[in-house]
Amino acid sequence: MFRPKLELLDQETIERIVAEAYELLWNPGVRIHSDEALGLLADAGATVDFKTRVAQIPAELARQAVESAPPSFHLYNAHGEPVVHYGGDDVQFDPGSAAIHILDHGATGSRPPVTADFVRYIKLAEVLPELDAVSTALVCADVPEGMADLYRLYLALRYTAKPVVTGAFAVETWSVMHDLLVAVAGSAETLAEKPLAVFDVCPSPPLLWSEITCQNLIDCARAGVPAAEFVSMPLAGATGPVTLVGSVVQHTAENLSGLTIHQLARAGSPVVWGGSPAAFDMRTGTTPMGAIETLMIDCAYAQVGKYLNLPTHAYMGMSDAKVVDSQAGLESGIGTIMAALAGVNMVSGAGMMDFESCFSLEKLVIDHEIIGMARRLVRGIECSEEPLATTLIRQVGHKGNFLVTRHTRQWFQKELFMPSAVIDRDTRQTWEEKGAKDATQRAHERVEELIATYKPRELPPEVSRELEKIALRAAKAAGLNKLPCRPDRSAAE
Amino acid sequence: MSNDELYQAMSQSVIDGEPEQAQELAQKAISLGLEPLEMIEHGYTYGMKVLGDLFARGEVFLPHLVMGGEAMKAAIAVLEPELAKRQRQRQVLGKVVIGTVQGDIHEIGKSLVATMLSVHGFQVFDLGVDVPISTFVEKAREVGADIVGLSALLTTTMLNQGKVIEALQEAGLRQRVKVIVGGAPVSQSWAEQIGADGYSENAVGAVSLAKKLIGSGSPGSSLPPASEDNQ
Repeated sequence: MFRPKLELLDQETIERIVAEAYELLWNPGVRIHSDEALGLLADAGATVDFKTRVAQIPAELARQAVESAPPSFHLYNAHGEPVVHYGGDDVQFDPGSAAIHILDHGATGSRPPVTADFVRYIKLAEVLPELDAVSTALVCADVPEGMADLYRLYLALRYTAKPVVTGAFAVETWSVMHDLLVAVAGSAETLAEKPLAVFDVCPSPPLLWSEITCQNLIDCARAGVPAAEFVSMPLAGATGPVTLVGSVVQHTAENLSGLTIHQLARAGSPVVWGGSPAAFDMRTGTTPMGAIETLMIDCAYAQVGKYLNLPTHAYMGMSDAKVVDSQAGLESGIGTIMAALAGVNMVSGAGMMDFESCFSLEKLVIDHEIIGMARRLVRGIECSEEPLATTLIRQVGHKGNFLVTRHTRQWFQKELFMPSAVIDRDTRQTWEEKGAKDATQRAHERVEELIATYKPRELPPEVSRELEKIALRAAKAAGLNKLPCRPDRSAAE
Repeated sequence: MSNDELYQAMSQSVIDGEPEQAQELAQKAISLGLEPLEMIEHGYTYGMKVLGDLFARGEVFLPHLVMGGEAMKAAIAVLEPELAKRQRQRQVLGKVVIGTVQGDIHEIGKSLVATMLSVHGFQVFDLGVDVPISTFVEKAREVGADIVGLSALLTTTMLNQGKVIEALQEAGLRQRVKVIVGGAPVSQSWAEQIGADGYSENAVGAVSLAKKLIGSGSPGSSLPPASEDNQ
């Protein structure tokens, strides 16, 4: 079937972008705050100045990394089933990450999320069928900073079987997070064979890698999985060129440098061509994730990633609105549709607003409808029947009641996406009878309904104990004598 | 196959929306000498009720409901002669004569209402489209209708809804039938203006409207049932 597609660059431009990116890796090179990464590059033939920490990477070295990185791989759920396919034009969705605020229904002000919020979120993400993976979407304010990243993963693994898109905030916590994943997978080998999670790893624009991200990158590669997603994030006009193509060139160079380090650490380790670039707002100095130019840079870099034959990821389908309003819907709708058409393998963004800093459960269930519609769109127009319609139309004749035909019954559920009650398709009279509720109110009701349908995840007792042990060790290292509060604890045991 | 299994298969034929199967099962049950009213109640109507519940919960959709209605109608067509032979009458909530008014050939809305009403236990006589004013009156008299449903999609033809009401008045039937109206340009205020008894903006609403009107009127006329011509 013909797959509808969005392409913003022609082949010649993509080639020019990649060629210029290779040139940038050599001059001015990449600044890397990690001795280990610099060592890897130096051993492989890069020119490294250990004083300025700048590595000049020859194009050939980066090309080898592009060659050795696998074009596709799967993420697995906790039952060992491959449920996410990174590669080709397959599109999958997970919620945005990682919010430091949460918006309560009906509130205009946001607040820092706590563990109880994360648990409600993860239950909701587990039961929403269009979400292929979950993210560690909230940074819980009631968890000490030293274990905030790993505790989110701990909770996610306890409450959901879906694959997790996550990230480490420190060099040390990465290995604890790896331990948690190994506990669920059974062994480090099984985890490498069937990865349960993917780690976001973010270079700093322009062309700069911090020690944390470098080490995360190397650790991910050496572990064989959980595969790393580069999240290069130039700000067009601030920390990157204001021309969209210029930002894509910079993004390409940053991702290529990360790819080179990653593949030098272990050639053939799975990796994702990701990013979170943004246009820079010239009036307010903010970084709008819902700006059309942000989305254009996203789609363009995804095209570059496909040209390099790598799996892709993007933060799209978000809004910068402060409440769940029309702006939230329109920006998220446009972004999700564009991402789906662009064939981005993992689209992170549902539920997220306010410059990727605030999460709303109501927005998550509204975005879930957008995702359903976007999936329907990229499935395209089915044309398998021969003839297309003449036999049927003749059979029904001028009476025109297609509703009573077997053909309708056979096809309608394949052809039509059925939205939930969040999307209003009632007549005005019925809508009024149901209380004249707007989309956000309907979304709020669905949030509560869905959370109530969540069924506690059954973990094997030894896995449960092991997770607990690892988390407790981390908690003690963070100065606690027990795990941070976990609501409805009994329900999860 | 036991009787219970047979009834279950009947209700399943409605749930699956399989008219041929519904018909075959009816014939088989007749040949076994089963009571047609039992078949309707424990088999087909039960299947329809299951479908209606599933529809209300959003688990099945209009095509299922309509195909279920088709299966039910196919079975009833086989059972009607048998009922007449045994001088039995199936219990219905009420009798509804429905059609799209003269000059208007829009069918789908009216057909949906007809299906929904029969699904919910009304006996429906669907006169089709472009129905002359006098035909409504004659059919209402012939079957002893409790409700006459008038559909119109055009602002020009909706005027004929009023004319049917006048004609029912002149024929002396207005006291014993309730008139309900529907269609895109039709509204509650239009219904009141022409003296109709009720209006609903969709097929689901039409069912509760009809039930409400029957509750306040005089359901179940004693006239013998005529064969349904809505096949």
